Amino acid sequence: MKNFSWVRPKTLAEASASLKQNGAALSGGVELLCLLKEHLLEPDRVVDLKSVSGMREVDGSNALKIGALATMDAIANSSSIRTNFRCVAEAAESVGSPQIRNVGTLGGNLCQRPRCWYFRDYHVKCLKKGGMACYAVAGDNEYHAILGGGPCHIVHPSDLAPALIACDADVLTTERRMKLSEFFHLPDSDVRTENVLNSGELVTGVEAPATMKGWKSAYYKAKERPSFDWALSSCAVNLKVSGTTVSDCRIVLGGVAPIPWRSKEAEDFLKGKSVTGDVALRAGEAAVATARPMSNNAFKVRLTANVVRIAILQAMGMPAE
Amino acid sequence: MQDVRWNDPKTTQYVNKHVPRVDGPGKVAGTAKYTFDIVLPGMLYGKILRCPHALATVQAIDTSAAKAMPGVRAVIEMAREGATMRYAGQEVAAVAADSEEIALDAIRAIRVSYDVQSHAVTTLTAMKDASRVSAPEEQARGQDPGQFWSSAAAVIEEEYYCPVRGHLCLESHGIVFRWDADDRATCWVSTQAVHGVAGELSGGLGIPQENLTVICEYMGGGFGSKFGAGVEGATCARLAKAAGKPVKLMLDRYEDQVAGGNAPDAYMKCKAAMAADGKLLAIEADLYGTNGPGRGWGVPFPYIYGVPNFRVRTHSVSTNAGAARAWRAPGHPQASFLMESVVDELICKLGLDGVKVRQMNQGSQVRSAQLELGAAKIGWERRNKNPGQATGRYQRGIGCAVSTWGGGGRGGSRCDVKIGQDGSVWAGIGTQDLGTGARTVVAMIVAEDLGLPLERVKADIGKSSLGSSVGSGGSVTTASIAPTIKMAVLAARARLFETAAPLLGVTAGELECAKGRVQARGNPSKSLRFEEVCAKLPAGGISESGSWNGALQQGGVAGAQFVEVEVDTWTGNVRPIKVVAVQDCGYAINRLTAESQVIGGVIQGLGMALLEDRRMDVPTGRQLNANIESYRVIGAMEVPDVEVVLFDTHDKVAGIGEPPVIPTAAATINAIYNATGVRIRTLPATPKRWFDALGAKS
Repeated sequence: MKNFSWVRPKTLAEASASLKQNGAALSGGVELLCLLKEHLLEPDRVVDLKSVSGMREVDGSNALKIGALATMDAIANSSSIRTNFRCVAEAAESVGSPQIRNVGTLGGNLCQRPRCWYFRDYHVKCLKKGGMACYAVAGDNEYHAILGGGPCHIVHPSDLAPALIACDADVLTTERRMKLSEFFHLPDSDVRTENVLNSGELVTGVEAPATMKGWKSAYYKAKERPSFDWALSSCAVNLKVSGTTVSDCRIVLGGVAPIPWRSKEAEDFLKGKSVTGDVALRAGEAAVATARPMSNNAFKVRLTANVVRIAILQAMGMPAE
Repeated sequence: MQDVRWNDPKTTQYVNKHVPRVDGPGKVAGTAKYTFDIVLPGMLYGKILRCPHALATVQAIDTSAAKAMPGVRAVIEMAREGATMRYAGQEVAAVAADSEEIALDAIRAIRVSYDVQSHAVTTLTAMKDASRVSAPEEQARGQDPGQFWSSAAAVIEEEYYCPVRGHLCLESHGIVFRWDADDRATCWVSTQAVHGVAGELSGGLGIPQENLTVICEYMGGGFGSKFGAGVEGATCARLAKAAGKPVKLMLDRYEDQVAGGNAPDAYMKCKAAMAADGKLLAIEADLYGTNGPGRGWGVPFPYIYGVPNFRVRTHSVSTNAGAARAWRAPGHPQASFLMESVVDELICKLGLDGVKVRQMNQGSQVRSAQLELGAAKIGWERRNKNPGQATGRYQRGIGCAVSTWGGGGRGGSRCDVKIGQDGSVWAGIGTQDLGTGARTVVAMIVAEDLGLPLERVKADIGKSSLGSSVGSGGSVTTASIAPTIKMAVLAARARLFETAAPLLGVTAGELECAKGRVQARGNPSKSLRFEEVCAKLPAGGISESGSWNGALQQGGVAGAQFVEVEVDTWTGNVRPIKVVAVQDCGYAINRLTAESQVIGGVIQGLGMALLEDRRMDVPTGRQLNANIESYRVIGAMEVPDVEVVLFDTHDKVAGIGEPPVIPTAAATINAIYNATGVRIRTLPATPKRWFDALGAKS
């Protein structure tokens, strides 16, 4: 492993300056260690963000405010978030194992790299690593994208991102504030990265408006191994319900596209309807109407339709069976 | 000694009872030292450079940059220029350095140029290339199966596949090697055969076997993959020689999966027929599978059930992937999945009772009784009478399958028992604890026959300096060591009685050991404390040994398992709810660890059913999931309620390390069908397989 110097900045300005000198940000270290061990990242400096004060807020009592250094465990166990922004707490709870949730942070979860097994293999030089091809196209793409893929076909692995986007969250960085949905970009704009962060720019937190508090939300995540896995497909649903009718909604998919995938088709279908089991299923089918599966992942289309269906029913507090 | 028997369970304090492992606390507290934990003064760390290509010729190896790195103490070329590398992961060179980090950097600094050739890494792709497929070996019985297809009450024609699986030992393969003199050495090896490794390594190193001490006091799992020290073991010894210092070389997770062995796959095209009454009539099958680059693949088929007319052709396929090794009941879990799937499909087609038909088609009364008992325990009558009729999201069903195994012992072991004048008791045998509780078995048998508390016996295992013993494979360990230990302690006790008899004024034949005393049988008033007798022993105390007594063991075990699952038909997740595992075990030495063995087998079998799948990438030739992230094993949360029934059939010891893993996957797949009417013919039964099967069905 390439030797690096350990930097403990006191301020975000110091952290950004260090990051610009081939630095890598460290918070929980879960992802950084993976990248270092596989030589996917060879920084000169490892910048320990935990030495910067602040960025640890976890509050859902009015507007949702979560600092970049808040752990998954803190988010999952925040009663105000669970009460008012339920899908966010459920998404945090679905991440990894207790050990990972104890150290993994919001910032790391949003900025983690894809789990694609070609990307993660040092010996495979794929598009993301400056190569000429996405190996998933001719290879084994069981876990790859069914929406928005090309030229690279990764899926974004974050659980928190779909939930936060379903809450209309903004992301705050050292340089700007923007919609979290605009933070992520598709591979066709820059195949080497998954988000719009500039060199030295750091995520400092997220905020979602207090107006989302009254909505009904849920996060459902389908996994191959139920106890501890990445999403085969996941869905965050946030519904504004008037009487029995959905007057507004946000439906965001995880694990199926290179970015957290907002499904306007499912949202449009659901708006103005009373939720029944059948309506939920048809909303799920709408969500995958434009899906284009690869050679080995057609199952994700049907699975995802059901994942959306389950998330809608759970958000409504209706039995999903 | 011919009439030696195992103790009547009604009279024992340890043997045939539930006894916690004597080394359990040390394992929990961390004082038990595994090979991975060994750190010697001045020790270096070894690492192996592996070929990244599935098929390539080595053109040149340049180790100069690695040799020049500070902290690098030895560099060895393991492949010659011109050598063919036959899988991604094959060894090319090795280094020893002051730290693991330096060693990792050093192997990356070795420059190798390859002439890369086109590969085939899976059975299904390689079998299209005739040069990679051995001439079929045909087995046949009875009439041509073809004549039954038109007349039989039920006929199926299907394809089945179970993939290559890893061993995934908690402790990876590895060794710590120290030269004590030019022709004398000590090594710590994670192995299931300390004496086997002593023979293997000493021969390769050209030193007398007695000069090499192999130590494995504790090991983190082997499952068949750790009989030898392997290429890495011999390389570690060479590195230690070259560097003049001890070297530790443990494989990492990637290396363990690509080069540490695996369970071969099995692909079958099969046509089968059953009569209206459930009698199997005929099977015609072609079986394909790969052991890696070599040949000789095969599974026992037809499995267990009597098929009067069959033709089975076995095709061994050579692939550019890591070589197979023994994996807990080699070939049997695969054979069970294939056979039980075929049988279950035919049974379901005819709407017959799966338990009755299984009983009818096999010849063991023990297995027949096990099926009866298991059916009662799981509530077989609760099974779905019309699979595929349910409409809800969650659908439950029950399936079953059976197993067969040997489990008898072997000769060639020696156990030593020493009793000191101070009353101390030591028993040693050069076996190893694969995880089955061997150390506890030693202590239990000795304590039982000397009438002492378990903690009074020092049980010594896991060293080649102790009496010879068999490798722990084939479920032979307990049936090999228990009779040996028994004979040793009886010999030592006879000597104890010789001293005690004149002191108590009775003949030696009238004495017994009970509750810490040596006494006239049934007469505690005529007794001495164990220590009082020991104090009168001749100088040096007692030193006796025993060898294997075949009359105390018996192989040939049957098993039957029932699995209840709940299928989430919206996601394809299968949740095992309950497993009933009825296992024939003869006379169980330790019922607690025997039951634990069965539970472990069931868990591993559930992994085969639901999660485990080595993924070789056809274009790149590399394993895509040589890690424990995307090669998934069962986690604690996935483990259902497992009810173990030790089916005591006779009073002789049998091994059951392997058989409990055999039928679990088949029973699980049959349960999925019973729940949903959907047949999963390719393992593992993941959400993908569920939706694929659903698509094929509609």
